Amino acid sequence: MEKKKQRIGLYICHCGGNISDYVNVEEIGKLMQKEDGVLISKDVMFTCADSNQKDMIQDIREKNLDAIVVASCSPKLHLHTFQEVAKRAGLNPSNYVQVNIREQCSWPHSDKPKDATMKAVGLIQAGVKRVAYSESLENIEVEVKSTVLVVGAGISGMRSSIELARLGYEVYLVEKESVVGGHVAELEQVFMSGQNGKKIINDLYEQVKSYSNITLFTNAVMENVSGSIGNFSVDVRIKPREEISGQKEETLTLHAGAVLVATGFDPYQPKEGEYGYGTMPSVVTLPEFNEMIRNNPGKLVHNSRQIRKVSFIYCVGNRQNKGENKYCSRHCCTSTIHTSIQIREKYKDITSFHLYRDIRTYGKQEVLFEKSSRQGDIYIRFDEKEPPQIEQQGKKTLIRVTDYLTEKRELELEADLVVLVTGMEARKDSTDISAKFKIPIGNDKFFNEIHPKLKPVETVIKGVFIGGSCQGPKNITESVQSSLAATAKINALLGSGKIQLAPIIARVNQDACTWCGKCAEVCDYDSLVKTTAANREVALVNRATCAGCGICAPVCPENAIDLAQYTDSEIESMIDGFMMEIDPGEIGKAEAAVEKEVLQMREYPQMWKNILSTLNGGKKTIPEMAEELNEKKELVTYHVMTMNRYGAVVPAGMDEDEEYYYYSIKN
Amino acid sequence: MSDTKSSPRILVFSTDTISDPGIDQAGQRKIHYSPSVYVISLPCSSGIKPRWIMHAFEQGFDGVFIAADGIECSYNHKCAEYTNNIIVETQQMMKDKNINPKRIRMAALCSVCAEPFVNHMENFSRILVELEN
Repeated sequence: MEKKKQRIGLYICHCGGNISDYVNVEEIGKLMQKEDGVLISKDVMFTCADSNQKDMIQDIREKNLDAIVVASCSPKLHLHTFQEVAKRAGLNPSNYVQVNIREQCSWPHSDKPKDATMKAVGLIQAGVKRVAYSESLENIEVEVKSTVLVVGAGISGMRSSIELARLGYEVYLVEKESVVGGHVAELEQVFMSGQNGKKIINDLYEQVKSYSNITLFTNAVMENVSGSIGNFSVDVRIKPREEISGQKEETLTLHAGAVLVATGFDPYQPKEGEYGYGTMPSVVTLPEFNEMIRNNPGKLVHNSRQIRKVSFIYCVGNRQNKGENKYCSRHCCTSTIHTSIQIREKYKDITSFHLYRDIRTYGKQEVLFEKSSRQGDIYIRFDEKEPPQIEQQGKKTLIRVTDYLTEKRELELEADLVVLVTGMEARKDSTDISAKFKIPIGNDKFFNEIHPKLKPVETVIKGVFIGGSCQGPKNITESVQSSLAATAKINALLGSGKIQLAPIIARVNQDACTWCGKCAEVCDYDSLVKTTAANREVALVNRATCAGCGICAPVCPENAIDLAQYTDSEIESMIDGFMMEIDPGEIGKAEAAVEKEVLQMREYPQMWKNILSTLNGGKKTIPEMAEELNEKKELVTYHVMTMNRYGAVVPAGMDEDEEYYYYSIKN
Repeated sequence: MSDTKSSPRILVFSTDTISDPGIDQAGQRKIHYSPSVYVISLPCSSGIKPRWIMHAFEQGFDGVFIAADGIECSYNHKCAEYTNNIIVETQQMMKDKNINPKRIRMAALCSVCAEPFVNHMENFSRILVELEN
């Protein structure tokens, strides 16, 4: 165990009043100087400002600080900023702790400044205690291959392969089917551009063929996957093509630095009898209807009968309150309306009835809804509790539906064809692919990203990315956007030939471990394996594959596992820090933080000094100051407002011509 | 007397990428909750050790709330099950120490669950006050 840190630097941020309007940071700064192990305690206007970062670097070097704590905003905003500060000063970034006294203190407790101040003391004490037990950790450096495995040669996989090839990577494009293109190749027209789906795919296929650094494998199924980020090893079984005689099945082992999974989706297949599907000949799914349109150039004919009335029933197999598919498939409303416009243009004498629950033609797709309405399409809204009933009476197909737009009137429609608007489902083989690459899947069986907003194409498996609709329902544009986002992430990852992995991984105390195997049982990433040390069976962590979740730690009966940066000492000392009793009197007149006219700061930020130098005893407007400092007006405005709030400057009349206030230094 | 003294002290274990951003959002939106709520963020709720929870009770916390990821957990689809196992194990330890097992709670919170978090804190505080009476 490393020596407990005894030379800690603490920086408490005013955040221009966002914190110090409610929390008496100045008094806390003084109080914390007495804290065990704290060498420096400062309150600073903006800890993230360049000037303060420079001061911190100077402090670390001159005072030989062995750890730093910044009490400011959420670590999601500035954790990396201050880790870099530590690095630049020669301090290990793991010896840094950020304490969130803004989002989790001054803001939610702005109604109780005194209590907010007390809480901030506890949070900061916890941060100081935690950092005292911090260890100097080194990033895990891994060499990476400049080769990418792209799984799935649909539009997303092909588009990404072309971009990766352009960037100079060797690309293995693996497709399970005998042809490329996936579902896009099946579309007569795609919305919004109206292009032919097959033509789009053919054009991409020509581009794929033109790159010598793309190797396309069709009829190829992945077998074993091993290795980890930088060097995955994937066995691909290539089945012989029926049209080529004498071809034999073979298995190749491909090595890749990163993997992009773009395996797409399966269309929902209605159960037999669902809305009459499979039992009534006039009931088809939307993909089947699209195929019908492709194959009927002049007249739309089904079962030797010309189709003049088409009824679309929306949300089949999607948005099921009681079923498994609770999600909306996003593309199907627009796709259906686009199909309706397409058949009117192609076959003229045809009427469409849309039996829908909600219409979700979001964004620019709304113009299609408008166009469909103008061409005379009829929209009838039903509720999931009262779904349309289909009945076959001789050759007639009748639909009974309760229309929620006309006070629940019962309507009866006759249809030549009933089209079930089926959405997307996760591919049937998604669990198999998930098991091979260890990609987490959700209850809906689609692959899970790390975070839908912050890390939307990354998985917890380092080096494995997801793109397109294998992650969840998406239209073509969104699928390509996500796979290209993954492409950019792969390029950022593999570009330098080496990668640095965060050191937050599980560690086994092999002296305490008695190898019961429980840790390996719960680890989804096979990162814990049995090994022998000092003639005893013990657990060993694979540093490259460990996802850093810590799931293995609580199941260890010997408490022999901990997660770096989340050790017992660190967490328990934080709890101690929260609960340390503080005499409110020690904080001084805490509530006065919001009442004081002038707060004394140890030192003004550099920008304030610059602004004060421009005033030089006189008065200036904000645009004049900004021009003189060659800074943006918005930035100068922000600082001048804060300086005014803190009494560093005061308004000094108005420039009547320009209608700007003058400011001068407060005496 | 300040609220930090009169309100039950609650320790929340949140998760870095899902529930902690939801708690942050409560602050960003200036939705008020008790200042006696303290948060420790971890990668995954399945990594919470029972001994940490017991340590919190020993140090004087009145309740421990686990803001789990539930089905949104990016590490493991069994996260809720594993976290629940941790709670069950801890509750046994609590019984052995005569601590009411109702003093620990778990709920799934997402990255935009600001109001649900605040509601959970209010409800849990109420329960903890009732346990004192």
